[in-house]
Amino acid sequence: MIFSYSLKTAVTGLKTNRSRSLLTILGIVIGIAAIILIMSLGQGAQQLILNQVQGMGSKTIIVIPGREPKGPSDAAQVFSDSLKVRDFELLQKKENVPTLGSIMPLLFTGVSSSYGSETYRPTIFGVSPLIQKIFDLSVSEGEFFSDDDVRARADVVVIGSKVKEQLFGDSPALGEKIKIKDRSFRVIGIMPSKGQVSFFNFDEAVIVPYTTAQQYVLGIKYFHRFVAEASSQDLIAQTVTDIKATLRESHKITDPSKDDFFVQTQEDLAARLGLITQVLTLFLAAVAAISLVVGGIGIMNIMLVSVTERTREIGLRKSIGATDRDILMQFLLEAVLLTGTGGVAGIVIGGTLSIICAFILTNFVGLAWSFQFPFFGAFLGIVVSGVIGLVFGIYPAKQAARKSPMEALRYE
Amino acid sequence: MSLIEVKNVTKIYTNEGVETPALRGVSFGVKKGEFVAIMGPSGSGKSTLLHILGFLDEHTDGEYLFEGKNVKSYKPEEVSKIRNGRMGFIFQAFNLLPRTTVLENVKLPLLYSDVPTEQWDGLAKKALESVGMLHRLEHEPAQLSGGEKQRVAIARALVLEPSVIFADEPTGNLDSKSGKMVIQTIQNLNEQHGHTIILITHETSTAEHAQRIIRVMDGAIESDTKVAQQRRADEGYVK
Repeated sequence: MIFSYSLKTAVTGLKTNRSRSLLTILGIVIGIAAIILIMSLGQGAQQLILNQVQGMGSKTIIVIPGREPKGPSDAAQVFSDSLKVRDFELLQKKENVPTLGSIMPLLFTGVSSSYGSETYRPTIFGVSPLIQKIFDLSVSEGEFFSDDDVRARADVVVIGSKVKEQLFGDSPALGEKIKIKDRSFRVIGIMPSKGQVSFFNFDEAVIVPYTTAQQYVLGIKYFHRFVAEASSQDLIAQTVTDIKATLRESHKITDPSKDDFFVQTQEDLAARLGLITQVLTLFLAAVAAISLVVGGIGIMNIMLVSVTERTREIGLRKSIGATDRDILMQFLLEAVLLTGTGGVAGIVIGGTLSIICAFILTNFVGLAWSFQFPFFGAFLGIVVSGVIGLVFGIYPAKQAARKSPMEALRYE
Repeated sequence: MSLIEVKNVTKIYTNEGVETPALRGVSFGVKKGEFVAIMGPSGSGKSTLLHILGFLDEHTDGEYLFEGKNVKSYKPEEVSKIRNGRMGFIFQAFNLLPRTTVLENVKLPLLYSDVPTEQWDGLAKKALESVGMLHRLEHEPAQLSGGEKQRVAIARALVLEPSVIFADEPTGNLDSKSGKMVIQTIQNLNEQHGHTIILITHETSTAEHAQRIIRVMDGAIESDTKVAQQRRADEGYVK
């Protein structure tokens, strides 16, 4: 039998029972729509997280003291004092890391700060002026401290908008002195509210020169992090290699497995977070896929009823020359057509719901959400719904093909 | 050579271990161009005989030669092919596909044949012309009278120019006027177009339109006689 006519026969068969066909595919429609929605939201969330991470600059490289944690119970804090001033000086030398764009030490701690009777516990960052570039920070009032302030261990601070609000309220803060660990620091700059930037909330931060932080706030000679930038995107790997080599030489380490530091790039972080959201999305999609199995069983059920109902038609077709294979193909095609239509409808509905969700998240929740159409999910949806038609249609179709023409014609 | 040759054919139905004989050794032959009526009361085995002759059922024992070849030697695909091209069926209940036009219904056997698609419409229209139903091409079965439905069914049986047409109580669901028209159509196919026809009926008046009547009783042939004076459908057919 010619395929186009098989198709026509199947379409006619489905049209004859229009409302039943619609109800039958409902399970598939809902299943595919749910998968599309979940995948779209998953991709949107992933994009959102990646954008956050990249708020720090995609060329950023972070050197962390201690061993790289291999599991949750692993003590990452051994050798936590391994990043020394000498290391910082060595890394800055062009002959050691030629592809380095810039490097800045970073210290952080939570210490109570006060102004008059007001106290607040901000995160104190000890950094160099480079932080403005790396985290894209700026001041709305006053100015940032300079490299001279770093060299002089100046008692100056730049405060975030929340700190300003907590300590000063509406009164002016610029030029005032706040107390941290019984030492007075002059406020020279105030940053505008920026919200979360790559896991740091600079609104709640007090930023001081790293030398000042080492000497007067923490009283330590080492650093918590080095934050570096490669001179270009393609040179990240080379830069990481050179940084590692320089630090190993400085720390007299020959066996890389005994490293007392580790290096993270923004790329690593993005990849890791991307993987987490991806796994989560797949898990949710798998849960939604259960509904497809349920939908498939529904299809099989209705197809069996349909085969019984159409016993006479099957008998007639056989008596005028249809082979078992023709009948099998006809009913299988009906099942696949049914689920395929359900799949397409599910993709359209799921896509529409995703657009609505994206609209709500952008306009009412205030996320920088972008609608993502899961093309892979859509492709998968069509394939999966087709396969469901095949799998759950084969049994009823075989039942139909097995009917003897005489029995079939006798059926009342 | 006979088109159909049956030698001592038996059929035993087995249902839950109980054997019910439906045919107990039937022998006869049908020549090409013959118009044979098989008669008998219900339960006599005439329908079973038709099913076996029409490849819809298999006989238990004996020999059935169709066009000189033993039926048992055919493969399932060959059986389908013969049903498709060499045999035409007309049923008491018409068995037209609902919500499908007259033309599409008649084209149905072509779907399962090797005939090229371009010829389908022409063949279907030709078959419909020979039963006088050319004016109803785009109607659906629900819009037709019983007699018209049966004539469409006859056209469907004819469309591939089969060697033999089996008609199973074709007038059973029809009023006398429609029945008369249908039997006239069948008689016309035999006389004008030379089609071989095997007609099953329990009415003598219908059977007498054939050239020969085989009477079946309790699974055996009771008599096999030539009709002395073949009844003309156009001269007062009475149901």
